[in-house]
Amino acid sequence: MCGVCGCGDSHADQTRHSHVFGLKPARMLQIEQDILSSNNQFAAHNRRQFAEHGVLALNLVSSPGSGKTTLLVETINRLQGQARMAVIEGDQQTSRDAERIGATGVVVRQINTGKGCHLDAERVGHAWQALAAQQDFLFIENVGNLVCPASFDLGEACKVVILSVTEGEDKPLKYPDMFHAAGLMILNKTDLLPYLDFDVERCIAYARQVNPAIEVIMLSARSGAGFQQWLDWLISQRAAVLSHAAAG
Amino acid sequence: MHELSLCESVLQLIEQQAQSAQFQQVKTVCLEIGQLSGVDAEAMRFCFDSVMRGSVADQAVLEIIDVAGQGWCPHCAQTVALQLRYDACPNCGQFPVQIKDGEQMRIKHLEVV
Repeated sequence: MCGVCGCGDSHADQTRHSHVFGLKPARMLQIEQDILSSNNQFAAHNRRQFAEHGVLALNLVSSPGSGKTTLLVETINRLQGQARMAVIEGDQQTSRDAERIGATGVVVRQINTGKGCHLDAERVGHAWQALAAQQDFLFIENVGNLVCPASFDLGEACKVVILSVTEGEDKPLKYPDMFHAAGLMILNKTDLLPYLDFDVERCIAYARQVNPAIEVIMLSARSGAGFQQWLDWLISQRAAVLSHAAAG
Repeated sequence: MHELSLCESVLQLIEQQAQSAQFQQVKTVCLEIGQLSGVDAEAMRFCFDSVMRGSVADQAVLEIIDVAGQGWCPHCAQTVALQLRYDACPNCGQFPVQIKDGEQMRIKHLEVV
């Protein structure tokens, strides 16, 4: 080690170097840490909490205007009395969606992300604790955005991506990360299909191209067509949570 | 698009490290960003300076190591280069190709004082 500056170099060849006396030398710290590791820890904590409480948590993601809130209001109205439900609403601004959901009578917390484009696991964890109510289903309505929410695990059992038929059928190819991350794709607003050129078969093929395992349900939150299939899916997923908890 | 919050996560991890490894200043932040991670390196650079301002990593230099996308095609049983996350196999044109490398977004190392 160099006795003059303590830099670790032997300086056997008598070379001079440019250390300034009085300054500590810089050192390298190997970190090797995932940038999302902090979010992932909160997500893992949420997932344990949901499992312990027997809650089926679903992360609903889509573009703005796909009909997420209408789908949720309809779902709540149909399951009311059979299941205990709660909702966490994510929007950049306003509590308009939370008010629509709140009108159904279920407990709801609004998260305004402000400059953020997605919900993160820490904020969802706090919001869930603040709900302070027993639930069978927790619906997390993410910010309308098909890009960023794909990367942020919230601790949900499953991401449900909602695509309305008024959007392009090639959305799964344009935003592959989201369709890859989702377990279920809901094709919404199917009552409008007669007026559109939307090719359902092609859309499903595109979705399966990026995610061969994705399930698909077609429905219209407005007319009610296909809605029973969605409710059956919810009930079977919740049963899976309970049997998993019992086994664990 | 979410590079701003990724930079905020980077800062959070740096601040945790500053406590545990006892340093006052970060001179260089080295990130490893895979081509298939969905992170735009330019947007990351754009957000980095403003997020680090006033922190222990104020004025730190950002180094980004690009990692090329790589996948395994089960149809032709070989490793192939991938430009985009869900590209078909460049040899046989089939789906899906299993991603093997290029999805990471990690802090590799810090140069600290």
